[in-house]
Amino acid sequence: MKTIILMILGIVIAPILGGLIAGIDRRVTARLQSRFGPPILQPFYDVAKLFGKDKVVSNFWQVFCSWVYLIAAALSVALLFGQTDLLLVFFVQAIGAVFLVMGGLSTPSPYSQVGAQRELIQVLTYEPLIILVFASIFMVTGSFRIDEILAYKQPLLIQLPLMFVVLGYALTIKLRKSPFDFSTSHHGHQEIVKGVLTEFSGPYLGIIEIAHWYETIFILGICALFWHTSLVGVILLLVSTYFAELIIDNTMARMTWRWMLKYVWSIGLAMSFVNLIWLYAG
Amino acid sequence: MFKKFIENSRAKSPWIMHFDCGSCNGCDIEVLACLTPLYDVERFGIVNVGNPKHADVLLVTGTVNPRNAKVLRNIYDQMPDPKGVIAIGACGLSGGVFRECYNVLGGVDKVIPVDVYVPGCPAKPEAIIDGVVTALAKFEGLKG
Ligand code: SF4
Repeated sequence: MKTIILMILGIVIAPILGGLIAGIDRRVTARLQSRFGPPILQPFYDVAKLFGKDKVVSNFWQVFCSWVYLIAAALSVALLFGQTDLLLVFFVQAIGAVFLVMGGLSTPSPYSQVGAQRELIQVLTYEPLIILVFASIFMVTGSFRIDEILAYKQPLLIQLPLMFVVLGYALTIKLRKSPFDFSTSHHGHQEIVKGVLTEFSGPYLGIIEIAHWYETIFILGICALFWHTSLVGVILLLVSTYFAELIIDNTMARMTWRWMLKYVWSIGLAMSFVNLIWLYAG
Repeated sequence: MFKKFIENSRAKSPWIMHFDCGSCNGCDIEVLACLTPLYDVERFGIVNVGNPKHADVLLVTGTVNPRNAKVLRNIYDQMPDPKGVIAIGACGLSGGVFRECYNVLGGVDKVIPVDVYVPGCPAKPEAIIDGVVTALAKFEGLKG
């Protein structure tokens, strides 16, 4: 019963929180660029407007894929809030990521095709890292179940500091921030228009935006697991992590996918191994 | 209530798309100046998108000629309703100084319906922002 209430709470709260974070994100980014920036509620206006537009679709797959993407993202957040299994959560969110790529691939537009291929490479880059993070959490706490992880006495950050950095890479890629923003980006006037989102329009773009809010909360929720022992710790950790993301976003240029694959895999895997060896030796 | 929120949001988040039908670049630079920190149109929720499928307002600069008329028409048709069109600069309004040229059809309204005309050579960023805000009145008109 408690699980179901928590799940429903997750489904309802996550998009509101995610939208607010997106709004604060845009505002802080603007301040960093010495602009004034849009109102905090701007993402909600954007999505509401998108829902009020005409439905123009190239084919049925776009509708289907955007809905599956939303449902998978919402379900993964619900499972995370409901304190179920980390692996289950992981597989559900992977389904959403794949359906977004399929939606991009379903149209013949070259922008959408290139964007979808790049999105696929991004998925390929961060999924192994997330799995490694989950595996390392298992090694420390001896369980994939979130309620058992939450019962662990110490903050995970003490034993897995490098894994948190690895998770930070996944967060940067998931949030589509520089230097990893090549499948699509928030400012869609870069080299491939809007990448994988090029062919989505109107309400379906709005659905994808809401799913993106869920995903933000999903990754931040996993970050929160690293300091689950105190509420102040969680807030401190999340705020500083997100602020670091914004700084990185505003100071980095976008890179190529080859660079990303090489860099993230080599550094990410190296850090994971160092952390795991240290865990065993210590 | 939800419907009302959507209608209010329309005025608060006009995504613009900028199409240059062969202008002298004077007006284009002024359009881009609106996006700089000095004018910062993102304050009003205006985002410059590169994709007609996401855009609400089309800003057109420069003169229309038989070649780019097709492109302009195509871009206009790809924008989902409700949408607005703003013609910018003397060239966009009537052809401006290039009015008499053999290849110039005239203003943007020869090809697609225009909602707002922003005069000037080049048009001032203030005038362009004002034009976008005026175009929003069309969305307001869709209410009820
Ligand atoms: S109106 Fe003037 S500044 Fe603008 S494109 Fe025409 S000639 Fe150039």
